[in-house]
Amino acid sequence: MGNGTSIGRVRGLGSAHSGAHHWIVQRVSAIGNLVLTAWFAVSLLLLPNFNYITVHDWIVSPVSAVALSLLIISVFWHVRLGMQVLIEDYLHEAGTKFVALAALNLVVFGAAFYGVFTIARLALGAA
Amino acid sequence: MAQGATGKKARPLSPHLSIWRWGPAMFTSIMHRVSGNGLAVVGLGALLCWLGTLAAGPEAYAKYAAFAVSPLGRIVFVGISWAYFNHLCSGLRHLLMDIGGGFEVKTNNMWSILTHVFGVLLTVVFWAILLLR
Repeated sequence: MGNGTSIGRVRGLGSAHSGAHHWIVQRVSAIGNLVLTAWFAVSLLLLPNFNYITVHDWIVSPVSAVALSLLIISVFWHVRLGMQVLIEDYLHEAGTKFVALAALNLVVFGAAFYGVFTIARLALGAA
Repeated sequence: MAQGATGKKARPLSPHLSIWRWGPAMFTSIMHRVSGNGLAVVGLGALLCWLGTLAAGPEAYAKYAAFAVSPLGRIVFVGISWAYFNHLCSGLRHLLMDIGGGFEVKTNNMWSILTHVFGVLLTVVFWAILLLR
């Protein structure tokens, strides 16, 4: 890359080719979140209480287990995209930004896997 | 790019509190970011702890449940629910604006303010149903 004027440094590079995809997936996951979290909020209100037995029996039913797993995936995907934008907006030093984005990816994947695994463990009767 | 600052003018950067002029739309944008990232950290943390203690068994779950009904727990969970409803409402506003609606200044300001009103209202209704059922 040249080091001339600011426009000269970016001319001809074209777009990053990932902006539109990021934008659309953020919206699509938002719609997924809307449906799944609304289901979750209503389900919580419909539970007679939050005792271990009540919640356990609710969560192990196939519909709850599947919907809650999908909620985890959709929400964490949305979080991954949203927090990426936060990092890109406020961290301007290339090294710091790289580390923060790498950490974000690791934490999001790890946390989402943990969530889905606990649900699977409960639903398949191991706990 | 680490080219150094030579010949570079300081350009305004996206959402910085010191650059944006305060107004309903700006406030809603900031709150969308605050509630979204708050939910991501605290809300999902609470959700994963809930699932983790459920999977760990009744004793672990009882500790989680005890925290949830403690005064601090109540503050945390009311906060999470408010952040959820706030982010939900401002998110719906975003989807509406994405299809080209609500860009007139008056309409935009109105929806910006209503976002927060509905966010608080839904939180109140949610807790009223939860505690009074």
